[in-house]
Amino acid sequence: MADKIVDKIVDKIVEDRAMLAGCLLIVLFVVMAIFSPWLSPYDPFAQNISLRLSPPGAKHWLGTDGYGRDILSRIIWGSRISITIGIFAVGIGAALGIMAGLISGFFGGAIDNVIMRVVDTLLVLPTILLALVIVAMLGPSIFNVMIAVGISNAPRFARIIRAEVLSVKKMDYVAAAFALGASHKRLILRHILPNTFASLLVLSTLRVAQAITTEASLSFLGLGAQPPTPTWGSMIADGRVFLRTSPWIPIFPGIMIMLIVMGFNLFGDGLRDILDPKLRGSKGK
Amino acid sequence: MDELEDVSRRVLAIIPTLLGAVTLAFLVIHLAPGDPVQTLMGDYDAPPEVVEKLRAQFGLDKPLYVQYGIYVLNVLRGDFGRSLRTEREVMSEILRVFPHTLFLAIVAVVLAILIGLPLGMISATRSNTAVDHLSRILALSGISMPSFWLALILLLFFSVYTGWFPLVGAGEMENPISLLHHLFLPALTLAVRDAAAISRLTRSSLLEILRQDYILTARAKGLAERAVTYKHALKNALIPIVTVVSLDLGYTLGGTVVIEAVFSRPGLGTLIIQSIYARDYPQLQGAIVFFALCFVIVNLVTDIVYKFVDPRIEYKRAP
Repeated sequence: MADKIVDKIVDKIVEDRAMLAGCLLIVLFVVMAIFSPWLSPYDPFAQNISLRLSPPGAKHWLGTDGYGRDILSRIIWGSRISITIGIFAVGIGAALGIMAGLISGFFGGAIDNVIMRVVDTLLVLPTILLALVIVAMLGPSIFNVMIAVGISNAPRFARIIRAEVLSVKKMDYVAAAFALGASHKRLILRHILPNTFASLLVLSTLRVAQAITTEASLSFLGLGAQPPTPTWGSMIADGRVFLRTSPWIPIFPGIMIMLIVMGFNLFGDGLRDILDPKLRGSKGK
Repeated sequence: MDELEDVSRRVLAIIPTLLGAVTLAFLVIHLAPGDPVQTLMGDYDAPPEVVEKLRAQFGLDKPLYVQYGIYVLNVLRGDFGRSLRTEREVMSEILRVFPHTLFLAIVAVVLAILIGLPLGMISATRSNTAVDHLSRILALSGISMPSFWLALILLLFFSVYTGWFPLVGAGEMENPISLLHHLFLPALTLAVRDAAAISRLTRSSLLEILRQDYILTARAKGLAERAVTYKHALKNALIPIVTVVSLDLGYTLGGTVVIEAVFSRPGLGTLIIQSIYARDYPQLQGAIVFFALCFVIVNLVTDIVYKFVDPRIEYKRAP
């Protein structure tokens, strides 16, 4: 089954230019994140007051910030935080959501009712607000942002997985496995969970884009990674005070956020078209 | 009679959600690591007798379930306590700033419709032309760019460079022109993302309708393409768009949190951020419950209006 999905994805990437562009953008940023120590021309933390607020030029391609730090180097290092938080937060959200969705959909009844009411409550608050509240409780740090963005993503996964479980568990092969004496654990892990893979893949890709934006927003508000760690959101926040004189400071990190989010959106849209047309329009806010 | 039953079922369904929001707000203090009183005190290292006095004052010396019961009863009375920062009543502070947020969200949704709908229609009626490609790229960019960054870019061009709009603030309350002048850039920032979503949805929805048999029939009758698009296709394409737009108001309220901070506007979002920075937990708790209430009311009104617009809809719990 996984082979078939991979084949479908490869075929789609070859024929769909938008998905190909999305894929290329993601690869570009992942490479940037992995090889940042070798790709960045300067130390992202090194301050040089004599060069502060230098405009983009031959020496510093994207200019320098208020402490004379090279913006390109900080952007390259910042990609690590964005991508790591994006992927891990969605991983945390998916893990929690899958667990809740599987239990809720499989067992039904009172347990389903309780889990779904919790999910409804969490869905009432917009992702950014829920993440803000959780960071407010835990305190600002990269790890806490990951947890906060993860938890705020979980209800969406729970909803989708529950719906999938409800439709899959009615299938004849699940009834046959049950009649043959398969345990609940076996039914869930061997027969139901693999069938939710396509929806999970689509939702995860689209939610990474959302998670990156949420992380950037939290960092912008000063509730993410703390200085001097370079994150795109905090770079934009730092650049606010120089908006009039040195607009390049906030402009370039913002373009990076836009490009990476665009990459995940394009790739996710393509995945959705081939794997799960039901999810059309589910790109959360 | 059935309709009434349906609506009451929908109204009753919001109670557990709201109770959940109240519980979440209650837990904000208790789930934070460390002693709740120390959490409330922040970095201030208070003497033990002061800590004990505060513990009694906030009722934190009682068992958790008693504290929860008292909190729920107080919330039902609309009493969220007093802000630790301003010492004003939490609810009156929320009601003081909320009109700013609501006004901003409504104007943003209106702008989003005004931008997104025509863009999507042009894109659908001229699909696969240069105009369509451009409009799709614009929509994709609108969905992908972070709103706080767009806010800075708009400020740079329309405030710093041209001076057309003010940099920060909400304007003078008694002067509607000043209010709108201050509102335009924040509302436009919030609207761009929604406009992009509406444009994409309008395009796909309209393209799907334009492929239907009844559109072919309308064309075969010799109707002008304009009449086919606007009278026959758009009406039906609008159904999913209206859903998105009505849900957008709730989400746009969420988006105000960051935008109000960028534009230094008063509002619920700014209040939430200030409460977080100042560890003003009573204020934060009140804002969470109020936000959830707004969102639930917007959804409820949308659902009920829908029920009357499209009688096929039934409020049965999702299977």
